[in-house]
Amino acid sequence: MQEYLIIVVSAVLINNIVLSQFLGICPFLGVSKKLSASLGMGGAVSFVLVLAGALTWTVQTYLLDPYNIGYLQTLAFILIIASLVQFVEMVLKKYSPPLYKALGIYLPLITTNCAVLGVAIINIQKEYTLGKVLMHSLSHAAGFTLALLLMSGIRERLEDADIPESMQGTPIALVTAALMSMAFLGFSGLI
Amino acid sequence: MLVAILCLAGLGAVFGIILGVASKKLAVEVDPRVEELIKAMPGANCGSCGLPGCGAFAEALVEGSIKPNACAPGGASLYEKIAAILGTESSDYQERQVAQILCQGGIGHSKMLFRYRGISDCHAALASFKGQKACNFGCVMQGSCSRACPFGAIQMGADGLPVIDYYLCTGCNNCVVECPQQILKLVGVSHLVNVRCVNTEKGKDAKAGCSVACIKCRICEKNCPEDAVHVVASGDGTVAVIDYDKCTNCGICAAKCPTKSIDKIPAISEEVVLEVGATPAAGCPSCGACKAA
Repeated sequence: MQEYLIIVVSAVLINNIVLSQFLGICPFLGVSKKLSASLGMGGAVSFVLVLAGALTWTVQTYLLDPYNIGYLQTLAFILIIASLVQFVEMVLKKYSPPLYKALGIYLPLITTNCAVLGVAIINIQKEYTLGKVLMHSLSHAAGFTLALLLMSGIRERLEDADIPESMQGTPIALVTAALMSMAFLGFSGLI
Repeated sequence: MLVAILCLAGLGAVFGIILGVASKKLAVEVDPRVEELIKAMPGANCGSCGLPGCGAFAEALVEGSIKPNACAPGGASLYEKIAAILGTESSDYQERQVAQILCQGGIGHSKMLFRYRGISDCHAALASFKGQKACNFGCVMQGSCSRACPFGAIQMGADGLPVIDYYLCTGCNNCVVECPQQILKLVGVSHLVNVRCVNTEKGKDAKAGCSVACIKCRICEKNCPEDAVHVVASGDGTVAVIDYDKCTNCGICAAKCPTKSIDKIPAISEEVVLEVGATPAAGCPSCGACKAA
């Protein structure tokens, strides 16, 4: 039980996928303008992350390892993730058109979201069991959503702030991201 | 080697089948008319209809939430195509509308009572002694309409009055809503003669405040061959008003008006002409269609 707790705390706070490992920066900056859209993005990425985590682990354990073709890991994982994202896209288009429109181009971009591939590979590297893989993926998804929510909250406030013209938009977002990342450094001594 | 190929091919096949089944099960029905409409459109995605791109315009058309004449680059020919696709009558085509300003009392024409140096906003300027001009009906010249225009069609001229670029104007109505004096009005592009004064004061008082005011002399009324212009009751007084349904753009009233408060503008083309290198005044809606073509 304690191991699981450590996985959660370490994935959400200490090794936050966005703010400490700098993976998945694209949607972090792209979809963090509105709180509602970022929540949707967090949800979509979480869904893909957890499913991809489980699927990639299964493929690695029962297909790549027994046949000694571990060098196909990247290729196989990307295939899995891309298919999953396509699937999520279809589901969203069918059942939640507003969210589908709000996510826009960033939804297909989950395909190449390094956070998803990164977590899948970390899962394998750490030689987790399936239970831990699920926990680890879910925690990283939560960490991603947390980072996105914090960022969009700050950016919604920034809309009303008096920012010098040259710093408006992306520059101030990058500065904000850097400050948030430094703030998350404070969690490093937690465990 | 063989194992690697088989494994990946197997994975690909499995996911392919899953996705194939999913796309059948989760298919979203798209109205075929939307596709047809998108094909018929100029495809410039200029946004002059007020929606983000031709695709959004097509969807709104099928929903019926937008008027079919909202597309400025498409004009009447597109309207007919839309009518054919949607199965509606093409005869009820409403021509393109543009904003017209009903005041000519700029600096030099209108008497200034004081100099307004407050914040540049028409509502704020009106709050100070009903604006700086002697006339309390006309333009207060602070450019709120210009800032409200999403298409950059309204620029403030040298005489302090807004100048409307009829080719950039999409008839979106934003300026009409914004103007605190209600002197902006949407008029069909075929109507070229306008009474550019809304002052309802008696002729003498109006003339004292502005050299291009309507002085209610009724010369327009007497000279109009179509009985299209009348000095009618408005507010506390009267002012000349043109009945656009009867007006034939002959321009006699504009020529006879002693204060030139009626004017006739050069013809505005119904369809915005797309010519590379054309200046906006010559008919370019700056939609980018020529660049895309």
